[in-house]
Amino acid sequence: MVALSDYLLLAGVLFIVAITGMFINRKNIIILLMCIELMLLAVNINFVAFSHYSGDVSGQIFVFFVLTVAAAEAAIGLAILIVLFRTRTTINVDDLCALKG
Amino acid sequence: MEAAYLVIVLAPLIGAIIAGIFGGIIGRSGSHWVTIIGVSISSVLSFFVLARFVWYEEPVFNGSVYTWMVSDGIRFEIGFLVDRLTSLMMATVAFVSLMVHVYTIGYMADDEHNWPRNSLAGRNSYQRFFSYISLFTFSMLMLVMSNNFFQLFFGWEAVGLVSYLLIGFWANRESAVSANLKAFLVNRVGDFGFILGIAAIAVYFNSLDYGEVFAKARDLTDVKIDFIGDVSLITFVCIFLFIGAMGKSAQMPLHVWLPDSMEGPTPISALIHAATMVTAGVFMVARMSPLYELSSTALSFVLIVGASTAFFMGLVGLVQNDIKRVVAYSTLSQLGYMVAALGASAYAAAIFHLMTHAFFKALLFLAAGSVIIAMHHDQDIRNMGGLRRYMPITWVTALIGSLALIAFPGFSGFFSKDAIIEAVGHSHTFGANISWVLLTFGTFVTSLYSFRMYFLVFHGKPRMDDHTRHHLHETPWVVTAPLLALAVPSAFIGWYAVEPLLVDNWLGQSIYVDSHRDALVYLASHWDGQAAFIEHGIYGWPFLFAMSGFILAAIIWWGGQKVIPNIDFKIQKLGGPLTNLLDRKYGFDEFNQRVFASGALNLGRVLWNNGDRVFIDGAMVNGSARVVGWIADHLRWLQSGLLYHYAIAMVLGLVILLTVYMAF
Repeated sequence: MVALSDYLLLAGVLFIVAITGMFINRKNIIILLMCIELMLLAVNINFVAFSHYSGDVSGQIFVFFVLTVAAAEAAIGLAILIVLFRTRTTINVDDLCALKG
Repeated sequence: MEAAYLVIVLAPLIGAIIAGIFGGIIGRSGSHWVTIIGVSISSVLSFFVLARFVWYEEPVFNGSVYTWMVSDGIRFEIGFLVDRLTSLMMATVAFVSLMVHVYTIGYMADDEHNWPRNSLAGRNSYQRFFSYISLFTFSMLMLVMSNNFFQLFFGWEAVGLVSYLLIGFWANRESAVSANLKAFLVNRVGDFGFILGIAAIAVYFNSLDYGEVFAKARDLTDVKIDFIGDVSLITFVCIFLFIGAMGKSAQMPLHVWLPDSMEGPTPISALIHAATMVTAGVFMVARMSPLYELSSTALSFVLIVGASTAFFMGLVGLVQNDIKRVVAYSTLSQLGYMVAALGASAYAAAIFHLMTHAFFKALLFLAAGSVIIAMHHDQDIRNMGGLRRYMPITWVTALIGSLALIAFPGFSGFFSKDAIIEAVGHSHTFGANISWVLLTFGTFVTSLYSFRMYFLVFHGKPRMDDHTRHHLHETPWVVTAPLLALAVPSAFIGWYAVEPLLVDNWLGQSIYVDSHRDALVYLASHWDGQAAFIEHGIYGWPFLFAMSGFILAAIIWWGGQKVIPNIDFKIQKLGGPLTNLLDRKYGFDEFNQRVFASGALNLGRVLWNNGDRVFIDGAMVNGSARVVGWIADHLRWLQSGLLYHYAIAMVLGLVILLTVYMAF
């Protein structure tokens, strides 16, 4: 029997991996998007685990919503990425600092 | 009668509005007709009112016609108080104004030559001038007919405004513009005192109505107010009201605007700066006699200021060369006589002199204007001479005016001026002795400068250039007719008015004189008719001084010239520092220029530099911008534009919030 804490631990590890990926990755914006997806998945695991252990399906329904939003987000993000590459000819994160004050 | 009073006031106003706004449409003759008709209506009705008071015992009218507002129990009203004093003033103002209106037709006939070609300001200047003088008549009538301090102040300011407009009428001349500015500023100083006086009345009497204030004044004689030490309320009010009168009636040291106001066209010099506006202060003090009688301090102040003005300003008239300025200084001096009479509690004599002076000074000014027209606007008396052959009417009327001015026995000025000197001589007010000496010497000075001007202008060899001399001729009838009309009262009105005014106490209830201070009672008790008064006058000091002044003037500027040429310049040289002092008018102008004008300039510069530039501009406006800039400069490194920095910030923030949430 897998305990609830194991799921939560897995989710936490996934989340930390995603954040660390975000911090140490200074190059590729696609990896950033993947890290975000990973964060959402970590959250989804939490939802499903809690849903299962508390016997309430609404958590699993929520997961579908999150997946839908994540898919939409990935589509839009990649679209922006293509446009960005066309104008700047780079997807290097360090070079994309137009917001610097 | 209320309707008649309203018409008297409103007729000139309507004339002024029509001529002022529709002047371009109704044209020149339309404008002068409409204003002259307006002032004629006022004149006729004023004389009707005066006649009612003289012969039919008309009851005093005291009522309001319109309430503007009521604030904290004080009513602000337009109202009329018409009694004998008012009716006399109304008739004088309206009559002199009418004469000036007629005269202006001649004087301003070719006013367009005074403006640059195509000047916009010069368009319809003729119509505008008539509108102004009519407006002035309205203001002055409002002033004299008011029954409350609020309307008095309105009239007071309105005549000040119109005089400003008229002095600077030829706005393309720099001297005219600075003269009207000077008149306005000096009058502001006086008006500041005036409004303080009115404010004190409003605070302590809680009313602005003459009747109520005078009735309450007796109960408030012991009230002290804290103003540079304890001052009696009545004295405070009287002195501050008189400071207003000093501005308007050009008493030392607020007289400096009047000689400069001669920059305006001559008709207004006659109307405003001789006959009516400057008498507003004298009238006001006479009207306030129930207040002034309660304060001997204020009366002494009034007396001494008046007597000094009368003497010292007359002296300055001796060294002036501009014909109008000579007359202007004589106005100052005569106003000094009136004010001195007020100080000696001889209000009736002051009003009497005010009236006679209005006639003969308007006459003298208009005669001077007539000379100026003939001389093609050259005003320097050194360039005149021998004009009596060319301008007989002007010559005779000017002679009558001068004789009235120097108080030659029988002429109107004699009765009024002699009565004033006599009253001051019998007065016990503090300062009366020295004032009597100043006024008596003043008669000498008066006749010296009057006849200096008279001989220089009308007698001796003609000194103008040939071109001017060939064109010399008597002025048209619109100019000479007012001269003749004014010469009649200048010569005779004294004879007829002296007995009712000074002896029979015709003004009666209009003025109030404390019985133990009444300086005219001696005159009245020794009255044996006009002829005896003249005879008595001939043996008095004033007549002696006046005659010696006349003879001296005749020697220096007429007869003596044939024996010793240029005797007048030699005497002026002998005067040395004294002449210099008079030439510089005692340095009042320099003093004002140095102390007040440059003082204000320096104060302004300090405030501008330290207050505006350094504090407000530097510290407040630019300072706050700099502080914001400094803060932003140090905060900008937070905004790196790098995504992972923001992510770190978010995570750190989350951690901190969670820690805080867990801990507490």
